[in-house]
Amino acid sequence: MESEGSERIWSDYQKEIADDHFFYVRSCIRQSFFPGSEKFFLDFLRDKLGKDVFENPSHTTCTGIGYHADIVPFQTIMTVIARHYALMKEAGYKNIAISCVTSFGIYAEILETWKHFPEELEKTREYLYKATGREFDLPENIAHTSDIIYKFRNEIAANAKYLLVNRQTGEPLKVVEHIGCHYAKIFPKYGVGGAEFPKVLSGMIEAWGGEVVDYPERRHCCGFGFRQYLVQANRGYSLSNTAKKFSSMKPFKPDLVLTNCPGCTMFMDKWQYTIKEMDGTTFGVNGESIPVLTYEELAGLVLGYNPWDLGLQYHMVQSEPLLRKMGIEYDIRDKYSTRDGKQMPVPENLINA
Amino acid sequence: MDKFGFSLSRARVIDYDKNDRRIAEYIYEHEPSFRLCIECGACAATCTAGNFTEFSLREFNVLLKRGENDKVRARLKKCMFCGKCILACPRGVNTRNVIFLARQAFRIFDGNET
Repeated sequence: MESEGSERIWSDYQKEIADDHFFYVRSCIRQSFFPGSEKFFLDFLRDKLGKDVFENPSHTTCTGIGYHADIVPFQTIMTVIARHYALMKEAGYKNIAISCVTSFGIYAEILETWKHFPEELEKTREYLYKATGREFDLPENIAHTSDIIYKFRNEIAANAKYLLVNRQTGEPLKVVEHIGCHYAKIFPKYGVGGAEFPKVLSGMIEAWGGEVVDYPERRHCCGFGFRQYLVQANRGYSLSNTAKKFSSMKPFKPDLVLTNCPGCTMFMDKWQYTIKEMDGTTFGVNGESIPVLTYEELAGLVLGYNPWDLGLQYHMVQSEPLLRKMGIEYDIRDKYSTRDGKQMPVPENLINA
Repeated sequence: MDKFGFSLSRARVIDYDKNDRRIAEYIYEHEPSFRLCIECGACAATCTAGNFTEFSLREFNVLLKRGENDKVRARLKKCMFCGKCILACPRGVNTRNVIFLARQAFRIFDGNET
């Protein structure tokens, strides 16, 4: 009876994730900082799984960063999102796949607003029609792209070339999972496992052979926090949040941090460099820093993609220690070479390189 | 700070795993009555040194238990060993000996005495 009860309760925390026919909306910053991630997602879904994923080049920013910085009014962002839904309707899609956690939170917030305040939905329809002549329908299914990778995690595990296991010791790698706050902390029902038991990343880690690290500040913010970061004088708040989180995970000696949010990946990666520059503190073992990867990059590594095609060299904290632990073969000459063999500029002050 | 335009603030959380509680343990070992303290503050209220400086035995008790020894080290020298605090203590703690042992413990653990 007890297991039935817990199974029933757990079913309340599940989320329906569409299986095919996605209208894909990209993130603003991921294309700059982690350019391999979105490419992997599209290649994997289209070429490996044979799914239908549609992109419209007219899709724009969701204006989420401007909204959280108080420079984009709510009516404006609702109209921008309505335009994205209009593009989706025009293309004949009903399932939206969102690459960014900030955008995902915005889409969820606006859907909930329209649900509870239908007059806002009608006003938005009017704003959009007057501005663009477009009409839109609400999506049937809303998924973050990490939800979709989570859904197909076992397919990835079945085709894995490398597992999250230390090749030398045979021990599972210790992986910190960090889920963006706007994924499920605002509207829990939109996330796998809700806000209390988010499973989206830990499910991937377990399926791919790793060990999830449970540490005191596991659900603490990465430090981005929009307003903390956007004003330079406030960035100490952002940095201090990140330092608190990393100080908490350090004793558990994680091999890797896995994130599903563009801001989290960026700040947990780059603030490690900043903290090291400021006072010399590092959070990995032997004075190294901890690589921070997106779920697509990790899925790509597990499937045996070339790490430099996944764009790992674009991170501040380099991933070579992780690649060695996983036993991934790579050619260091490829790291800063273009496809036609030309040498790219090599950045200075890289960590772990 | 100059390089970045912002700085790193340390968390103010009291971390019992990192803090050094050797001074408090040393006092407990040699003056067990220190454990009876209820932090009422009678010692601090009657203290002549505390009237003119930041010396407060009640505060020392809290800080030493937490292992925040740095705040105690310099202020300990303010005590004149007059012993009025012993008379005020409702729990019978030998407070003068506590201060004496604290000074001794700092000398030992700071490496100034073997």
